[in-house]
Amino acid sequence: MNKGILTFLRDRKVRDIFWQAAATVALVLVVWFFVRNASQNLVKAGIASGFNFLWRDSGIEVPFTLTGYKPSDSILALLWVGVVNTLLVSACSIAVATVIGFTVGLLRLSRNWLLSSLAGAYVEFVRNIPLLFFVLFWYFGVLAALPAPRESLSFVDVAFLNRRGLSVPLPNDVTGFRWALLATLVLIVVQWALARWARARQARTGRDFPTWAVGFGLCGALPIAAFVAAGALTTWDVPVMRGFNYRGGFVLVPEFVALFAALSTYTAGFIAEVVRGGVLSVRQGQIDAARALGLTPGRVVRLVVIPQAMPVIIPPLTSQYLNLIKNSSFGAAIAYPELVSVFMGSVLVATGQAIEIIAITLSIYLVLSIAVSLFMNWYNARHRLVVR
Amino acid sequence: MTAGWLETLRQRLFATWLDTAVTLVCLYIVWRISVPLVEWLLLDATWNGTSREDCKGSGACWVFIRARFGQFMYGQYPVDQRWRVDLLGLLIVLAGVLLSWRRLPNRRAVTTVILIVLPLLGIWLIRGEWGLKPVETREWGGLMLTLFLALYAGLIAVPLGILLALGRQSRLPLIRFASVVFIEFWRGVPIITVIFLASILLPLIMPTGFDVDRLARAIIGLAFVIAAYMAEAVRGGLQALPEGQAEAAQALGLGYWRIQQKIVLPQALRIALPAMTNEFIALFKNTTLVLIVSLFDLLGIAQAALADPAWVGMNMEAYVFAGAIYWFSCFGLSQWGRLREKRLQTAHGR
Repeated sequence: MNKGILTFLRDRKVRDIFWQAAATVALVLVVWFFVRNASQNLVKAGIASGFNFLWRDSGIEVPFTLTGYKPSDSILALLWVGVVNTLLVSACSIAVATVIGFTVGLLRLSRNWLLSSLAGAYVEFVRNIPLLFFVLFWYFGVLAALPAPRESLSFVDVAFLNRRGLSVPLPNDVTGFRWALLATLVLIVVQWALARWARARQARTGRDFPTWAVGFGLCGALPIAAFVAAGALTTWDVPVMRGFNYRGGFVLVPEFVALFAALSTYTAGFIAEVVRGGVLSVRQGQIDAARALGLTPGRVVRLVVIPQAMPVIIPPLTSQYLNLIKNSSFGAAIAYPELVSVFMGSVLVATGQAIEIIAITLSIYLVLSIAVSLFMNWYNARHRLVVR
Repeated sequence: MTAGWLETLRQRLFATWLDTAVTLVCLYIVWRISVPLVEWLLLDATWNGTSREDCKGSGACWVFIRARFGQFMYGQYPVDQRWRVDLLGLLIVLAGVLLSWRRLPNRRAVTTVILIVLPLLGIWLIRGEWGLKPVETREWGGLMLTLFLALYAGLIAVPLGILLALGRQSRLPLIRFASVVFIEFWRGVPIITVIFLASILLPLIMPTGFDVDRLARAIIGLAFVIAAYMAEAVRGGLQALPEGQAEAAQALGLGYWRIQQKIVLPQALRIALPAMTNEFIALFKNTTLVLIVSLFDLLGIAQAALADPAWVGMNMEAYVFAGAIYWFSCFGLSQWGRLREKRLQTAHGR
């Protein structure tokens, strides 16, 4: 009898179930304890839980918005302002960080010792200092030291940088730009179909097609021409000095400029490392073999280096993009009205609905993260090098 | 000898006409940046004096840093009690020296004792009570607070991260699921929201009257996020180990915890150490975020110094000083991590 119980207790399955049950019970108890305390504390503070507060008038002023939001709008509209501002600064920073990052990463691989050291110095400088330092430095160190509007730094007399921000011209009519954008999207689809067709034809007949050259034309030159044409066709609202400040155009507030500058230069350092690692991961033998086949240097890069480096670069690059979006929350430190500072800051102070607000804010970021990691899994599965 | 040196220089800088042009442009950029920088930092700078009026040169006013040096290091910590912080720093350095001595008798036991006793002693020394004058956490600040946050959050994050990594590799599905959810949740949200969350939610979910100190909230928030990242670093080490290691230990009749403790973790952690160092650097940089819950770490003190009416316009000096400390700390740490990585590679005979 006793022996039977002992064998029963030593059975692996029984023990597995026991430990998992114990862990679950412990977890449930802890969560229950916290939830009970929270509900008691909320009752004591007189805060009713629920999401009804989202439809109340917000009454909160926001200094920078693209959505046409007014303080008389609902809190939900304010949440949307935060999301749009987060996405705006993220998108601008991602574009610039990618350009700087790829440039610096490739320069770091240069044969020229001085050039590669300069690129290396940039990377080491940026990566070893906290991002918050850069955000504060740009905001209080650089932008606050800029001249008053009267002595603005002018860029060809259409954009003006001063301590009140960056004034840029605004088109009076955006229909042309909408068409240009649509045309660009169509051209990208055309290029994609063309590339597929060219690959299929090459596999069938062995005949080559200048996909890249055509691609530069279709997805580079033509869209630029379309946007230039759209810009030429409309009139522009150029900022003009009136009294003590610039009127007209669109003012990018200093908070935006500082956050944008900090995010893009900081993330560029990390992207540079990703790019360098990706290019270095292509074995020298591959390049030698391509040269031995008589490919021109340009083709070696295009047909051998890039196709093998990109699958290595894209996943960590995507996670850098995700980091940048999450890091745009550093705007809260200088009161740039992005998601965290607007919603977790102003709205939370105004309504006191802590749990609901935290849940909404975190889920927005979590949805973003999950979407990005799903994309990465899909990409990795698709581009895994087939080793025979 | 000289010719060889010149030849290397030629190949690396002046191989072609284009290379020469690039080198010259780079030299020009370096010259344009470094000359004003050196002038401002050193040549035109004012070093001696007591007040703002002593700074007449066009360079940096290091008098300001000298005058506020105590604040940069200790924040508002009472001047007559600062020896306690110094003593703790000295003890940490001594412990580090002792533990890096490889032939220390009973090394494992001594390490365990130090790792348990020193943190508790540290809290007592800095916080006070039980014989020492109590100092409230809102008086702590400067570099001392930065180091305190990084060390104590790290002290929680490393063991928690190891447990989470083991949980993620566990064969029990519920434990694995819970670990994955925990790790991915904290990795998916911005660290700034976690610090907000900790400072708002912790008082709410505790029994009424049970107050969690503001500093403790920040440390818990930081520790959870870094633990999730640490777990991923450790997982890399665990996955690099051949399965035969654990299987052989199992065949010898060792239980789960003994296998992890004696066979798996010592090897996995050594492999994961460079990655874990990188996570610690990230933690060190992220301690600056406590600024948003009004704790004044090194960066916060630099920021607060800008508001001092006696020292108007010292933004650059404050930022350069704080930035230099961050840079040297992180750079030193990352170089140490790289050294470990190299040693690891030679140890594996690669």
